[in-house]
Amino acid sequence: MQNADLSFILRNSWLVPALPLFSFAVVALFARRFSEKAAGVVATASVFGSAVAAGLVARDYFRIFPPGTDGQALVPWSIEWLRYQDRLSITVGVLVDPISVLLMVVVTTVSFLVHLYSTGYMRGERGYGRYFAFLNLFTFSMLGLVVASNILQMYMCWELVGLSSFLLIGFYYSRPAAVAASKKAFIVTRFADLGFFIGIILLGYHGFNLLDGQHPFDFITLSSPASLEKLAGATSGFLGVGLLPLAAVLVFMGAAGKSAMFPLHIWLPDAMEGPTPVSALIHAATMVVAGVYLVARMFGVFAAAGDALLLVAYVGAFTCFFAAVIACTQDDVKRVLAFSTLSQIGYMMFALGVSSAAHPMGYTASMFHLFTHAFFKALLFLGAGAVIHATHTSEIWKMGGLRRKMPLTHATFLVATLSIAGIWPFSGFFSKDEILLSALASGHHGVFAIGLLTAGLTAFYMFRLYFLVFSGFPRDEQAGHAHEAPLVMLIPLVALAILSVLAGWVPFSDFVRFGGGGGFHEEGHALVAALGTVAALLGIGFSWFLYAGKGTRAEALAARFGALHLVVKHKFYIDEIYLFITHKIIFRCIAAPVAWFDRNVVDGGVNLSGWCARVSSRGLTFLQTGQAQAYGAWLVGGSIIVLLVAWAARL
Amino acid sequence: MGLVSWLIAVPFLTALLVVFTPAGKVERIRWISALGTGLHLVLTAVVTFQYGRLALADAESMKSARLMTLHLVERVPWFESMGIQYFVGLDGISLAMVILTSIIIFAGVMASWKVTERRKEFFALLLVLVTGVFGVFLSFDLFLFFMFYELAVLPMYLLIGIWGTGPKEYSAMKLTLMLLIGSAFILVGFLALYHASGLHTFDLARLAQVSYPTDFQRWVFPMLFIGFGVIGALYPFHTWSPDGHSSAPTAVSMLHAGVLMKLGGYGALRIAVYLLPEGAKIWGLFFMAVTTINILYGSFVAIMQKDLKYFTAYSSVSHCGFVLFGVAALNFAGMKGAVIQMFSHGIMTGLFFGLIGMVYGRTHTRIIPEMGGLARVMPWLASTFYIAGLASLGLPGLSGFVAESHVFLGGFFGNPWHSAGVMKALTVLATFSIVVTAVYVLRGLAKVFMGTIENPHFQDLSDATLSEKISTGLLVATLVFVGIMPWYLVDLIEPSILPLVNRLHALGPVLGQQ
Repeated sequence: MQNADLSFILRNSWLVPALPLFSFAVVALFARRFSEKAAGVVATASVFGSAVAAGLVARDYFRIFPPGTDGQALVPWSIEWLRYQDRLSITVGVLVDPISVLLMVVVTTVSFLVHLYSTGYMRGERGYGRYFAFLNLFTFSMLGLVVASNILQMYMCWELVGLSSFLLIGFYYSRPAAVAASKKAFIVTRFADLGFFIGIILLGYHGFNLLDGQHPFDFITLSSPASLEKLAGATSGFLGVGLLPLAAVLVFMGAAGKSAMFPLHIWLPDAMEGPTPVSALIHAATMVVAGVYLVARMFGVFAAAGDALLLVAYVGAFTCFFAAVIACTQDDVKRVLAFSTLSQIGYMMFALGVSSAAHPMGYTASMFHLFTHAFFKALLFLGAGAVIHATHTSEIWKMGGLRRKMPLTHATFLVATLSIAGIWPFSGFFSKDEILLSALASGHHGVFAIGLLTAGLTAFYMFRLYFLVFSGFPRDEQAGHAHEAPLVMLIPLVALAILSVLAGWVPFSDFVRFGGGGGFHEEGHALVAALGTVAALLGIGFSWFLYAGKGTRAEALAARFGALHLVVKHKFYIDEIYLFITHKIIFRCIAAPVAWFDRNVVDGGVNLSGWCARVSSRGLTFLQTGQAQAYGAWLVGGSIIVLLVAWAARL
Repeated sequence: MGLVSWLIAVPFLTALLVVFTPAGKVERIRWISALGTGLHLVLTAVVTFQYGRLALADAESMKSARLMTLHLVERVPWFESMGIQYFVGLDGISLAMVILTSIIIFAGVMASWKVTERRKEFFALLLVLVTGVFGVFLSFDLFLFFMFYELAVLPMYLLIGIWGTGPKEYSAMKLTLMLLIGSAFILVGFLALYHASGLHTFDLARLAQVSYPTDFQRWVFPMLFIGFGVIGALYPFHTWSPDGHSSAPTAVSMLHAGVLMKLGGYGALRIAVYLLPEGAKIWGLFFMAVTTINILYGSFVAIMQKDLKYFTAYSSVSHCGFVLFGVAALNFAGMKGAVIQMFSHGIMTGLFFGLIGMVYGRTHTRIIPEMGGLARVMPWLASTFYIAGLASLGLPGLSGFVAESHVFLGGFFGNPWHSAGVMKALTVLATFSIVVTAVYVLRGLAKVFMGTIENPHFQDLSDATLSEKISTGLLVATLVFVGIMPWYLVDLIEPSILPLVNRLHALGPVLGQQ
């Protein structure tokens, strides 16, 4: 299809990421001159414009490829940004295909609502303009990543996502915890990105050598079956591993870092140190789903790489369960939600992992869950923000009884909770159902079982949170004085609540499919839906039994499993293990000895040579006596020796 | 006198003007220096446009050229009996370096607005030094090159010894002696070339037409590479740099780390690899391994530093490793990346040292743990410091990424002579530095700027003054400009890398040969 035939908005789809970027530049440069209100309005308006543009792009795209047909990838706009050499370049462009359209819509919608909410939430805070500038940057980076047409473009925006999360998590820079959390987020994800980067170079290297005349960094190349076939035969030259499996694992490392998969998950729970709306953005739309999106974007490579997808499935499933267990014991509302994100992202990951090119149902299911999760997770965080705003604490044991104080917040929060718990007719039910079904249908029974079990746990910990925060009576004076949030904060809540219900009813598989692969299976549907609902209801029931009253039953239970409870509550001490590795091993056993070596051995060598020169010159001073007789004696003696040597040599 | 000679003459004439200004006229000395260097910036812009016009015309012929194409050439015989001439001109690589130097010296003068001790001599020496630097980048006669090289190195001794801090005499002596040992190697190499060519000339363009015997290249190449490596902080000859930088006054550190260390990479590329491609072929892998040590070693040592200047100096050791690493990769992407990295690191580290000076001028300490929470009182300095830090950890959108991604790609794609596996392994090892860099940069900066102010004296410190804002603003703008619109710099450099690639290509199929 010729680009000239495309509609105006498709040809100019670069506007979607460009609007927030432009507004970032404006707000960042002139924030100090702006009144507080102006910065918020400019930032919010730009993202609104971006959301409208994304909506139009979606409309026009699905006009060309109506729902139910195969959506092809279009690149309506691209420029060569940096040329390393022929056929190796970073093109910056916009790639429009079903998943990028999906993500564009989700990211701009959620981001717009978060911006709107923030104008109320951040009112009167120091650094208001800075906050909105960073929020714009965050939105731009994520959109740039979503529309990337070249893997290095994706990497660049990927890093910018890391940067913006760093800036926002560390927004309250005078708080040591926030600073530590921001560093942790950046460094952990950077470490993961190293794998991503090496994977990119590896793919580029072999692609350059094997694919004649094609640009190996372009996604169009990387997703074409013909080039994947050529690449699939190559070995990486590293321990005899095939190229694609190695590259896929390395790329997955990057994805796991951003998506906070075990064992790279440690940054996410701490990331709540940022302002709460930021958490909503990070958890719902702009950061953690990037990893899932990356795997989906490169699904062709993963599918052709054989066992690499198994790794995705197992890591996803493990994280899914593991995080849900931890979530059951956390006392901070944002931490519970953070671990719930880990767990839900785990669902998306394993859904991708259990799919294959021939049976890509999990691919659709994963994107579906990404779609629904974005709305209800944003809603949960924004609701939590409203609660924290009202009670000035995030400790769930200090809340309680907020149902009557904040009726609208309560109602929307309940919608989100039901949705994440997977109760019909809320959106989470549909997407989770599809994921479980795809696991079952692909024959990964173990993964299916974990998914089902986690569904029960999810309902349990989410209702634990719900009961402790909203039901019963206030357990703290602050909670007693709580009042409903202002209107600009309530509008996003209501909008997201509506979306959380409606999102599930979208005929999703008509829009998003991998290759020509079919949508959802019908067989086994009723069974999985029933099992999932039973698990969720059991979880809710158990949670009601433990927490709906005064919570003493929960304490008794925790006391019963004392040691285990402690281990779980400390998140299996994984943070401590990391701390040990970085501080005790890397700093003390590598960096410190190297620094010592530099000062004492290398530099010592330099000083030693200086010292030698001084000593030897001092040693030779006795020659410099200033007496002519002595010089004469040396001259004669020396000449005799030379003559003797010459004579000896003649013999 | 042509444009290129003016590029060398303007700082020298400015220095003379400063010398003939009465020492008491503080404002006048400052303004002369600022106007002189500002004029130089304008002149550089003019030359850049002129060059762009000229280079566009022969872009096609340069693709297969095996000799560099110089523009705006001026040749005057000097010591004819020895074949020495005044031969200046420029190509894309030298022009990139001239732009870098011109920006840094202007920013350096702006950052030195508040120097109080022997102001006149300080500015005069600084300008003489920078004259030498311009001379090196613009001369294509090895003798002239060497003369300017020494002119750039020697004023450093006085600048550090007189205006420095800490153990300044020791640092100044160490720096000068080590660099002079490097120049001794270079001089021997130059003389060897002079004799081996049999042409009785120091003319780089003519020396390049000779093909030197392999055995000759085998021993002269490492000599030149190490000689230039000393000033380019090649491990283990880097130890002059942390002491030297930490003792040097602000503008001198800026100039030294920003520009002088680039003479190493420039010479290694322009002279060692250009004239002795077979030597490069023999030694490439060895130097690639050594520079990998540079890259990792520098970044690990930086983690442990408590003094901001040592911290930045070791970070420079690591980043300058990228320059020589790219050179040693011996392919298009690698060598191009090396030049971009020279530019990018020059601006970035100039910014770093400028900012350290500004912070030190306020807090009177450079010890990282003694600071904290400074972002609240000096938001401008904090944000620009962070931008410099982000550039150094290779964040896309700033110049560091453009350079480092070239270098990594170059290393990974390898060349026909060295084991592909080893080159890939070294490159992968080198990429680890981007994580280590993130660790030390973020840890260091967080300790200085984040958190709350503990020391009551820091409570009422002021943010950047106007001259400081101009200085740092210019450097930040350059970092961002190259990071967002890299093609201007890349297009400038690229055609001038091709002769190098084409020469190597004659020895085996080098990637990127067109």
